[in-house]
Amino acid sequence: MLRFLLGRVLVLVPTFIGVSVIAFSFIRLLPGDPVMLMSGERVMSPERHAQIMHALGYDRPLVVQYLDYLGGILTGDLGQSIVTKRPVLQEFFTLFPATLELSICAILIAVLVGIPAGVIAGVKRGSWFDQIVMGIALVGYSMPIFWWGLLLIILFSGVLGWTPVSGRISLLYYFPQVTGFMLIDSLISGQAGAFRSALSHLVLPAIVLATIPLAVIARQTRSAMLEVLGEDYVRTARAKGLSPFRVVSVHALRNALIPVITTIGLQTGVLLAGAILTESIFSWPGIGKWMVDSVFRRDYPVIQGGLLVIAGIIMLVNLTVDLLYGLINPRIRHL
Amino acid sequence: MTFQRTLKSALLGASLVALLAGAASAKTLVYCSEASPEGFDPALYTAGTTFDAASRTVYNRLLEFKHGSTELEPGLAESYDVSDDGLEYTFHLRPGVKFQTTEFFTPSRELNADDVIFSFERQLKADNPWNQYVPGASWEYFAGMGFPDLIKSIEKVDDMTVKFTLTHPEAPFLADLGMDFASIMSKEYADKLAADGKMEQLNQVPLGTGPFQFVAYQPDAVIRYKANADYWGGKEKIDDLVFAITTDAAVRAQKLKAGECHIMPYPNAADVEGLKADPNLQVMEQEGLNVAYLAYNTTQAPFDNVAVRKALNMAINKQAIVDAVFQGAATVAKNPIPPTMWSYNDAVQDDAYDPKAAKKMLQDAGVQNLSMKVWAMPVARPYMLNARRAAELIQADFAEVGVKAEIVTYEWAEYLDRSKAKDRDGAVMLGWTGDNGDPDNFLDTLLGCDAVGGNNRAQWCNEEFDDLVSKAKATADQAERTKLYEEAQVVFKREAPWATIDHSLVFMPMSKKVSGFVQDPLGYHRFDGVDISE
Repeated sequence: MLRFLLGRVLVLVPTFIGVSVIAFSFIRLLPGDPVMLMSGERVMSPERHAQIMHALGYDRPLVVQYLDYLGGILTGDLGQSIVTKRPVLQEFFTLFPATLELSICAILIAVLVGIPAGVIAGVKRGSWFDQIVMGIALVGYSMPIFWWGLLLIILFSGVLGWTPVSGRISLLYYFPQVTGFMLIDSLISGQAGAFRSALSHLVLPAIVLATIPLAVIARQTRSAMLEVLGEDYVRTARAKGLSPFRVVSVHALRNALIPVITTIGLQTGVLLAGAILTESIFSWPGIGKWMVDSVFRRDYPVIQGGLLVIAGIIMLVNLTVDLLYGLINPRIRHL
Repeated sequence: MTFQRTLKSALLGASLVALLAGAASAKTLVYCSEASPEGFDPALYTAGTTFDAASRTVYNRLLEFKHGSTELEPGLAESYDVSDDGLEYTFHLRPGVKFQTTEFFTPSRELNADDVIFSFERQLKADNPWNQYVPGASWEYFAGMGFPDLIKSIEKVDDMTVKFTLTHPEAPFLADLGMDFASIMSKEYADKLAADGKMEQLNQVPLGTGPFQFVAYQPDAVIRYKANADYWGGKEKIDDLVFAITTDAAVRAQKLKAGECHIMPYPNAADVEGLKADPNLQVMEQEGLNVAYLAYNTTQAPFDNVAVRKALNMAINKQAIVDAVFQGAATVAKNPIPPTMWSYNDAVQDDAYDPKAAKKMLQDAGVQNLSMKVWAMPVARPYMLNARRAAELIQADFAEVGVKAEIVTYEWAEYLDRSKAKDRDGAVMLGWTGDNGDPDNFLDTLLGCDAVGGNNRAQWCNEEFDDLVSKAKATADQAERTKLYEEAQVVFKREAPWATIDHSLVFMPMSKKVSGFVQDPLGYHRFDGVDISE
């Protein structure tokens, strides 16, 4: 197991370097630079432009800039945002808990609803339940998220008044960030109603964000179940006289889950990388919007630093998935 | 974070909440702002969002723009004298102005000349320790307004008197002092931050003399302020001011309807009617201090011919653009400056929409089978919400008169850059939003000979126009300046370097509980003087 783990970790090193090269060069391939964009319609003289680029160190050869960036990574310094002038890591860790909290809730919804729905649809293949679930999954998968989010806001916040429109908590509550997770911080604050407010703010964005992973997981679970249910050992289990529930939940599901876990892992990575649309509709202060804004502003340090951290987190999630795999399917450990 | 600190912050939070709950009658105004501020040192930035959040709340300037106008009034300077040669401006500071406090700083003295000198010298002098307190600080507006060359010296005459000496007479200097980069900071606070090794906090925890005091900022979520109890202009009627950052316009509208905020800026044009119909809301509207235009390259044939430019202007149905792109939320522009600006010449006659006459003019000018490029911006700007759509309409209008137009566009940064080139091919759609309410900021900045190859996208250098504008710039008397600018607008219309397209309308939807809000022609969102009923 240790060897397996070590092998996985070693693979991460070249991947990480690759990501750093891509993050560094990609943004520089785009036309325009941060200094020019800051001046907007107000044209800046070429001398001044050169002077500021020099002050920022962007007039040095690209290789030097890259080595500088690499050196920064090794010492844990990702530089400062050109726009806000704050350290990139500090900005990231201020915003990341919001994305993490939202993603965890969304993936929980997707798993808790998606897997049972997929299992039942697989077992009762062709039934009305199967058709409805797969129909909804197809719609959910194809839904434009922006439109779907606005629709839910208009219905639940506008017409019914059940949930707040956007934000993380009612502005009445004001307490310092301790963990950065609003649900936990609101509990720590000990303030009556704060947790409820945080939860009610979380419901709609979590549902919107869960929509696509839920659809994917439900479809994946269904097809995996169908495959497994046709296997000889399931027939044998049935022939042994085991209860249908036991056959499905113990014998079939355990094997069917292997591809599903990969899907969950990949989907979690996607969510963590920034639920850009959901975050902008619900004014959710997470990293998705932060990254997009930085691309528009050509904020080099934020983009190359942020991408790297996000890639690191996704790699970590994938590593965890690989390890979980090993637990569920012992054969994989030896591969 | 250690456990003790965690506990401490939790306790602090609990006590703050208890305080809030205790002051149940506190009046809180919630403003659904459109984006996060870039930072809180207004001189470092150029975005209106940053100015709303920093300079117009926390800070004051020597001179202030009157609420709802582009005229100036005394701010931290009670009065000023100008020398006869127009080179020396002496400002007499307002006595008894107190700076705000933070958790870690309490000022020991009131505003004096040192604060004024500090606020400007950090931008002016490259060897000032604050000049690069954040790496790459470019002092954009300070440079943009020409201050590095304009200011010869800033001297302290006595504790309450400051003298600016200029290198040449420049009338817009006073209006520039009302701008955000000219916000006055506390030197004592800056010294304290420098001594603590926390200079970057000047951009994170602002402290000024303004109507509101900064309390806290959570990036992309919320900014909190409280009324400055010691404000020299008197304490504000509201106790707390909250910016709830909500980037999507449709969501802002929903929040306003749901009562989660009291005022919102920049509604979608399509939402305005619905907001007006809501019995709990009111919608203010005003012409914005902006203009959208189509600039011909006047150095290239056949656009170097006035008759051709005039003919093309007459071919464009501007009202159709306003209707299609703005759903009426704009007015057709005839002058390069908007009607809310002083010296706007309403006597100027626009080139009437007349495709038949336009076609004939082109024929008379010997122009046949003309094909040209029309540049359309890739982004929505306040003065042009959908450049692509507008360009398509112009394309169709040009086709009417036998001119074949090809629409081109580039990514925004590239667009701005490429459109500056003197040998650029085609007419460029672009616009401008005023910085300081001075006509010079449009006429000289966008159409002066010095701006050719830069902001002057028409590459238009007309001696008569340039003389008028330069003369106005060096004249202190506003009546005289008005005459010169009015004349310049007549020359502009006659020579037609641009097709002026529109001035957009600015809408401010707000709860009917809000009173005292005044729309600002410069585009600021100011909350001094605003009240809210329960």
